[in-house]
Amino acid sequence: MEYPSSSEAVHEGLANAPVRVMSARVKLGPRLVNLWNRRELLRNLVISDIRIKYKGSALGLLWSMLNPAFTLGIYYLVFSVVLKNGYPNYVIFLFSGLVLWNMFQNAVFAATGVIVDRAGLVKKVSFPREILPLASVGSAVIYFLIQICVLVIFLFVFHHAPEWNMIEILPITFANVYLFAATVSVVMAAFTVYMRDLKHLMEVLLQLWFWMSPVVYSYSNSLATQLGTHHIKLLYFMNPMALLVLTFQRTFYVATSVKSTIDGHVIHMLPTWAPSSFLYLNLAMLAIMIVLFLVALTIFGRLEGNFESEL
Amino acid sequence: MRATVVDVADVTKSFKIHYERHQSLKERLLHPRTGHSEEFVALKDISFKVEEGETVGILGHNGSGKSTLLKCICGVLQPTSGEIRLRGSLAALLELGAGFQLELSGRDNVYLYGTMLGFSKKRVDQIFDDIVAFSEIENFIDTPVKFYSSGMYVRLAFAVAVNVNPDILVIDEVLAVGDERFQAKCIDRIRRFQQEGRAILLVTHSADQVRALASRAIVLESGNMIANGPVAESLRIFREHLLGDTPSNVVNESHASDVHIDSITTPTGSFDVQSGASVHFDVHVTSATAYSGNFVLEIFSRAGVLVSRSDAQGAPINLRPGHNTIGIDLPNVPLLDGVFDINVGVLDPRGSNVKAWSEKVATLQVTYGGRQSGLVELDASIRQA
Repeated sequence: MEYPSSSEAVHEGLANAPVRVMSARVKLGPRLVNLWNRRELLRNLVISDIRIKYKGSALGLLWSMLNPAFTLGIYYLVFSVVLKNGYPNYVIFLFSGLVLWNMFQNAVFAATGVIVDRAGLVKKVSFPREILPLASVGSAVIYFLIQICVLVIFLFVFHHAPEWNMIEILPITFANVYLFAATVSVVMAAFTVYMRDLKHLMEVLLQLWFWMSPVVYSYSNSLATQLGTHHIKLLYFMNPMALLVLTFQRTFYVATSVKSTIDGHVIHMLPTWAPSSFLYLNLAMLAIMIVLFLVALTIFGRLEGNFESEL
Repeated sequence: MRATVVDVADVTKSFKIHYERHQSLKERLLHPRTGHSEEFVALKDISFKVEEGETVGILGHNGSGKSTLLKCICGVLQPTSGEIRLRGSLAALLELGAGFQLELSGRDNVYLYGTMLGFSKKRVDQIFDDIVAFSEIENFIDTPVKFYSSGMYVRLAFAVAVNVNPDILVIDEVLAVGDERFQAKCIDRIRRFQQEGRAILLVTHSADQVRALASRAIVLESGNMIANGPVAESLRIFREHLLGDTPSNVVNESHASDVHIDSITTPTGSFDVQSGASVHFDVHVTSATAYSGNFVLEIFSRAGVLVSRSDAQGAPINLRPGHNTIGIDLPNVPLLDGVFDINVGVLDPRGSNVKAWSEKVATLQVTYGGRQSGLVELDASIRQA
């Protein structure tokens, strides 16, 4: 048989190539290196995820804006028009919290079943499995960025200036919500393989979680006093989303106290913490989130060994 | 010095077999510790190495653990203990197209699958045209793969895996894809891989494929490695274990080792033959009991290509207890010059079980004075019509 003897095809020696080790347990360090090396796969998975989601729909990616717009409209109608909460610029207030919450919810919701849904792939092709839930988070980030653009447009339309002193905190807040969503996503994706109920449980849990975060209502106006008298403020802030949502609201909605549009009395909308307090709180949370994320990867590593036989 | 690209060290893999699977929360809560499970050891202390440029066949019956071993090497499964060290990039053809997204176009899937196999977008960019050309689906590359025929689907996946030029290629029973022409193309590509000094792991239960492609063979039997050596030697052990390990459908048959092939002789004492001449072999077989079965003769070229397999054509060979001679006549040997290996064996009447097998029992030296080349002499006459 004849073969082309092209010199470029000649295989170079492998004596110095790096060695990959497959053993019962991949340590955290190599796991992170591996993840970093496969970032291109992550990117491709995110792109294909988004493509598939809006494939064949006429409005396509526009849905990622329409969907939250409808939610926004409904909440506005119910709380501002019907229930008359009297918050001025309620749309801005709602939207600034909702973008952040949507990112978290989209990520966790998609990631929870992702290993089970892609069983065919997981059983046949080798790649770091945590990339699948991380890709779900990645798609959520894309939708988040789109919605942030819409939020900025809103600010222009309503001539509403953000708190410029807070802007520099936003990247940290974003990192926090990213890491938190990734942590929950990675852990839930792995556990769902063993307990399929978690997917349904998560749906319910996310609803509860939403109302436990100050997205629709004002934390200072509705909750702070009661929480204070019962000494459970700390408990409330055990939910990382609470602080993150407040940071976003403080940045975009700005005003800590406003005059009610109904009767003109003063409403305390947001905590009167200084921007530096938000900065320190977010930094402290970042440290916690990094640790949590590493713990999540470790848990995932423990659980992934039996994926093949459980799927 | 050639580097070791795959180093499997003391790998054991065990699975828990659940007799009742409690996968929902309710079931887990109701039956916290029931639903007994059993430990099943799929691989026991497997150790071997593969060097650059080697093609290693992994042989075994269904359930012997060969696919588990392969999945461990590819990283789909993690070994329960022991470790596997890999040097260089690896592409596995475990199930072709497993990574494809039906809604996406062929083009998108090539990139997705390529990166899933661990190659950069840049590398996929470089070889994209080769992939498309190899898969022969130029006109459909921008069509969602859900509209592909199964053949197109598999061809595209195979094309990606071989064109990314991995340092280690792992193939699991996938050479049976596509039509014959495409299969030939795949084999061709595998041979090129070998020439380029890449390592190949070939998992199969086809002895022919191993003989044709591999330089070494490993035999697995219920999770144990029972052979690791030259192809002929491993194939002999593989066949012997076919005998020792009687599947349930032949339980009541006499134990296999009571039939033994002693030797093969020719009346002239020589295995040199002129092309076109006739030759007669006597195969000497010892049997402990009377046995009636089929007899098989295989002739292989030195390149490992099966030239011919013939059997007793429905007329059973009746072995008497003691020594038997089975005569084989080959009139007008149509082989061209070369050295051919002869395998003979006794099979049960259905041909599903080997009673005795002798690998490379003799080599046939054929000399030919004519002008044809290749393996066999054709009576072709070529003229202008």
